[in-house]
Amino acid sequence: MIRFSLNGQTKDLNVESDMPLLWAIRDVVGLTGTKFGCGQALCGACTVWIDGQPMRSCQTLMSDVAGKSITTIEGASGRVAEAVQKAWVSLDVPQCGYCQSGQVMSAIALLEANRKPTDADIDAALSGNICRCATYHRIRGAVHAAARSLA
Amino acid sequence: MLNRMTDTVLGSKPSRRGFLLGSAAVSGGMMIGFVPSRAMAQSATSPFAGYVKIGADNSVTLYSAHMDMGQGIYHGIATLVNEELRADWSQIRVEGGAGNPRLFGNVLWGGAIQGTGGSTGLASSFDRYRQAGAAARIMLVNAAAAEWKVPAAEITVERGVVKHGNMQATFGALAEKAAAQAVPSAVKLRDTKDWIYIGKDKDVLLKFDSLAKSTGKQDFTIDVKLPGLLTAVMIHPPQFGASVVSFDAAKARTMAGVVDVVQVPRGVAVVADTMWHALKARDAVSVVWDDSKAEKRSSKDLMTSYRATARTAGKAVATNTGDVEAAFKTAAKVVEATFEFPYLAHAALEPLNAVARIENGRVDVWGGHQMPDIYQAIAAQVAGVTPDRVTMHVMKTGGGFGRRAVVDGDIIQEAVSVSKAVGGRPVKVQWDRENDTRGGRYRPAYVHYLKAGLDKDGNVSAWYNHIVGQSIVGGTPFESGMVTNGVDVTSVEGAQKLPYAFPNMKVDLTTTQVGVPVLWWRAVGSTHTAYAVEAFIDELAEAAGKDPVQYRLGMMKGHPRQEAVLRLAAEKAGWGQPLPAGRFRGVALAESFSTFVAQVAEVSVVNGQPKVHRVVCALDCGVAVNPDNIRAQIEGGIGFGLGAVLKSQLTLDGGKVVEGNFDAYEVLRMEDMPQVEVHIVASTAKPTGVGEPGVPPIGPAVANAFYQASKRRVRVLPFNRPENA
Repeated sequence: MIRFSLNGQTKDLNVESDMPLLWAIRDVVGLTGTKFGCGQALCGACTVWIDGQPMRSCQTLMSDVAGKSITTIEGASGRVAEAVQKAWVSLDVPQCGYCQSGQVMSAIALLEANRKPTDADIDAALSGNICRCATYHRIRGAVHAAARSLA
Repeated sequence: MLNRMTDTVLGSKPSRRGFLLGSAAVSGGMMIGFVPSRAMAQSATSPFAGYVKIGADNSVTLYSAHMDMGQGIYHGIATLVNEELRADWSQIRVEGGAGNPRLFGNVLWGGAIQGTGGSTGLASSFDRYRQAGAAARIMLVNAAAAEWKVPAAEITVERGVVKHGNMQATFGALAEKAAAQAVPSAVKLRDTKDWIYIGKDKDVLLKFDSLAKSTGKQDFTIDVKLPGLLTAVMIHPPQFGASVVSFDAAKARTMAGVVDVVQVPRGVAVVADTMWHALKARDAVSVVWDDSKAEKRSSKDLMTSYRATARTAGKAVATNTGDVEAAFKTAAKVVEATFEFPYLAHAALEPLNAVARIENGRVDVWGGHQMPDIYQAIAAQVAGVTPDRVTMHVMKTGGGFGRRAVVDGDIIQEAVSVSKAVGGRPVKVQWDRENDTRGGRYRPAYVHYLKAGLDKDGNVSAWYNHIVGQSIVGGTPFESGMVTNGVDVTSVEGAQKLPYAFPNMKVDLTTTQVGVPVLWWRAVGSTHTAYAVEAFIDELAEAAGKDPVQYRLGMMKGHPRQEAVLRLAAEKAGWGQPLPAGRFRGVALAESFSTFVAQVAEVSVVNGQPKVHRVVCALDCGVAVNPDNIRAQIEGGIGFGLGAVLKSQLTLDGGKVVEGNFDAYEVLRMEDMPQVEVHIVASTAKPTGVGEPGVPPIGPAVANAFYQASKRRVRVLPFNRPENA
């Protein structure tokens, strides 16, 4: 039994310690907003926050999650999250949308740490999040728009 | 030609009608686009029988003939319907339609089968979805006129309210009575000057799914939830053409969560309660393969042979005008170049998947069905039922780029055969990234040999292009319709006809036989032909001592739309104006899928590679139905094409695919994305597609700019190949 906090609620999951957090969230808990893209922490589709830090859940084992606070896209809330999601909708960032949970989670984490990111800051913070539709141009614009709305 | 293609596939006469007037009452509401002759059978089995359903609850549900992989066709179809219908935008939702080729058949493919591809979605939908919206509106109005006893002509419809004087009603309140109205035998569509949605920008019409996709609420095939749903992962042959001799799953079968390990025609499947249990158990399965029929060549061997072939005469002739040989003899200057293109994987971010269930003789298949009629037939065959017992559920899909339009329905076969092997239980077959990268169906590798003769003024007097590579449609049911005199149109499109008036022109094709499965990859033939042609034209402009834009314009005759986009892109990019130190421009032009696109790239050199700062694009796609979606598709097409030319390649070593994940199969990332400006030429021509046409020009535009910056011509793709250093 592994106990951790998921989106503000205590969870006790009876799963193997070597199960990646991604599959525990998706297949055991049933929260499917977090996506599977590569399984090797190379694409960022599975990005969640662990104690507030953006992490790749496909390479995070459940044994490392015990006692930690996990937030998924379903639990992303607060002023910065709202600003980011509003900017995403306003600029119609998503195309297929499959990577966007991860992009949004990385973008919120960036703005929590840096309220006035430059293009270079955005490129660095989101470099690990692949978008095969290449919506990068609008993602950059939406992060700036969210930053302006938070100023 | 495409009529013949669909004939072959379905063995039926294509219908170009594309819109079948008819209606039916459905649970207190109305369905427009119902086919009366099949009405009874379908009302019992398929909820997807029409284009427009107006519910008693005031909902307006539209059924899309085209799968949405991110290209925005659901948004386009809603725009078309509502231009005529005038519902409130918030009433409308769009779902994937399937199971009725008479309604959903792709008009541009002849109408016989449903399909998404070739950037045809909007063109196929432009008339019939507007007609469906108009028919629904007329029937609502007639129902209100009968009830209120007023002339129909005096009734207005705006934002979901039907109104006459003090009388008004919602669509939902009128839906049942409207369904009983006569279906209009002909509908007059609104004049273009009365359009309030088509051609208007995003502030008028919000995209339905942006919020769901920004908050994790959009479900894809990977997210399908069913009672008792199992997950299966695949073990595929290590080389294309190899097959299973035997497998040992004794240990795997004892592992946590494992339901079974089964052999299916395409490999071995490990079925478990969760993805993790399936993946873990897969490591414990060993398989003995028969590689006697496998393709064992390496990319290096193939390209060596392709290069040699390219310097010989081609086996088939795609174009032959004038007398090329004679013209070369009298040319003032002859220029030659050879270009090499690797295999490319689609690498959509949602790895390939499908969900299947066989229950009480009925089959349900969920997936990103790009050709649902064909997949329905395949699912039926695998399950051993008739196609009418199979329901296809069309999901939105996490990218596609062509990969989900496979004639043999690879993932559909797998899902249904695995479900069948476990007693029909619902199973999601979910490929991991390595399955997806190594699963075949690539953009074929090609070599182009080009040779041009220039006259004393530098104009092209002779043009020769020999293309060597695999045929995409060869060996498929599309072959008879799309291969003419040995020429697969998908191998030569973008090279066969050019906007330049070359007096003597010959294009040869040699189709190679290689056991690597290949497929259409976003923009198909033009992904390589546009690069070879437009990079070579730049070499000729240099040989002629002319400006690349003026050189192209000077050779164009009778191609006003190409000329207009080229002029517009050059003007908006500031062609000829000074740039910051170290930055250089390159231009390229390509027509694909009847859309005309010109791009100017601004490039500098960083660590020996191009850094693309800005891309200015001009395009003409006919009527711009959703301008912001067009911009988005072009931005994305530029990024998709740029990633491929800069760093993507799929390599074979002894027939085995070297790259497995995004560490080796590199794609564009955020830091490589340029600023993009898109300029749409105003047009009244019928709309054409935008999903693919943004891709072809970016490679040559960057190559041409990179040459200006580095004096290096990149002729072996991708850019980071050692040959280019």
